[in-house]
Amino acid sequence: MNGLHDLGGKDGLGAVAPPPEEPVWKADWEKHAHAMFPLAFRAGFFGVDSFRYGMEQIEPVEYLTSTYYEHWVHSVTHHGVRLGHLDPEEIEKRTQYYLENPDAPLPEGQDPDGELVAFIEAVIPAGATAARPGDKAPKFAVGDRVTVVNEVPKGHTRRAGYVRGRTGTVIMAHGEMIYPDTAGNDLGEAPEHVYTVQFTNAELWGEESAEPNGTVTFDVWEPYIVPATAQETAA
Amino acid sequence: MSASHSTSPVASDHQAEVVARVKAIESIMIEKGLMTTEAVDRLAEIYENEVGPQLGAKVVARAWTDPVFKARLLENASTACAEMGIGGLQGEDMVAVEDTDDLHHVIVCTLCSCYPWPVLGLPPNWYKQPAYRSRMVREPRKVLREEFGYAIADDVEVRVWDSSSELRYWVLPQRPEGTDGWSAEQLEALVTRDSMIGVGAPKAPQAAA
Repeated sequence: MNGLHDLGGKDGLGAVAPPPEEPVWKADWEKHAHAMFPLAFRAGFFGVDSFRYGMEQIEPVEYLTSTYYEHWVHSVTHHGVRLGHLDPEEIEKRTQYYLENPDAPLPEGQDPDGELVAFIEAVIPAGATAARPGDKAPKFAVGDRVTVVNEVPKGHTRRAGYVRGRTGTVIMAHGEMIYPDTAGNDLGEAPEHVYTVQFTNAELWGEESAEPNGTVTFDVWEPYIVPATAQETAA
Repeated sequence: MSASHSTSPVASDHQAEVVARVKAIESIMIEKGLMTTEAVDRLAEIYENEVGPQLGAKVVARAWTDPVFKARLLENASTACAEMGIGGLQGEDMVAVEDTDDLHHVIVCTLCSCYPWPVLGLPPNWYKQPAYRSRMVREPRKVLREEFGYAIADDVEVRVWDSSSELRYWVLPQRPEGTDGWSAEQLEALVTRDSMIGVGAPKAPQAAA
């Protein structure tokens, strides 16, 4: 979707202002919000692509003004409700309850064998790769000049606005990986070859506006790109 | 509740609402057997004490002292890190990119906040916020100079890696001068999180003395 989350190259969003130090968590609730990502993944709420799509659908003003972990909570809720794991009325009722009774405890855990702790301890070092080695022949190779197709799908995609229609050079080929344009839209993994494409700053921002002596790389799935010659000569 | 946020009534109302909402969702997940506070505590402990930039620093220091390992790291960062017991969630397929005299790398994720957790831990807040995500691809030299106090010479290419797929890029910085003969253990102390993101240099050897 052509959403506000697609921030690359937007101007006017202020200072980065990195503090010298900061804790891993700004508040206790962030730990709980973080843990919901692997645990709701385990429970079948989402894969990482649909998790991202849930965040992309946050109302734009809220997206820009709320924090990272609020985005996570939003996506957990979005998918939990959508798939029937969470009842929205129950969430509202309990939110009101905990607002009025901030010290009220959480319910007793229902995991006598410690399976959830074991899952956390297993999934963090193991991860869940998106690589799906297959036998589909790649259409492109390192060194190829390619243009990002100027296609703007409505659902989840990783086709960032600032690279659409731009021409660059393939500098790495990574094999087949889960395709976000299907996986993020409940359409299955449908793996596609992934390539890293390098663009000059001038190609992205124009000769006059670009910083000198710089490049940007962006990873694309095969359907995002076409050979450059056709479009370059037409342009 | 944390005191790190604004204390205005609106902000604290909002924080209270977020805290209550997280608790509400967690309470439902606990009753369904999908979540426990023990699992939350264990995850928090892992990212506070076990998985963080100290792991990336070990990898970098080894690469600085062991050219054969460095070649393996640049060939396939995930398998090289796995030799040291490092890897996993949000770093299943990592790529280490090497700074040279002519080339400086920096990482960003413009579409969300992708970051190589197994070597750097969880990302700092500024990495996840709109200003860094929007500006780093458009004016990286300016952001590095003005926001991070890190000026890159004009004749050095700045290459920004936008982590749009599940590949997780991170920077192998240049070994600081004046560290000849240092062991990997000594060098580890010079490797900062920011130097592996590409927004800072490793510490100077005097700083570790």
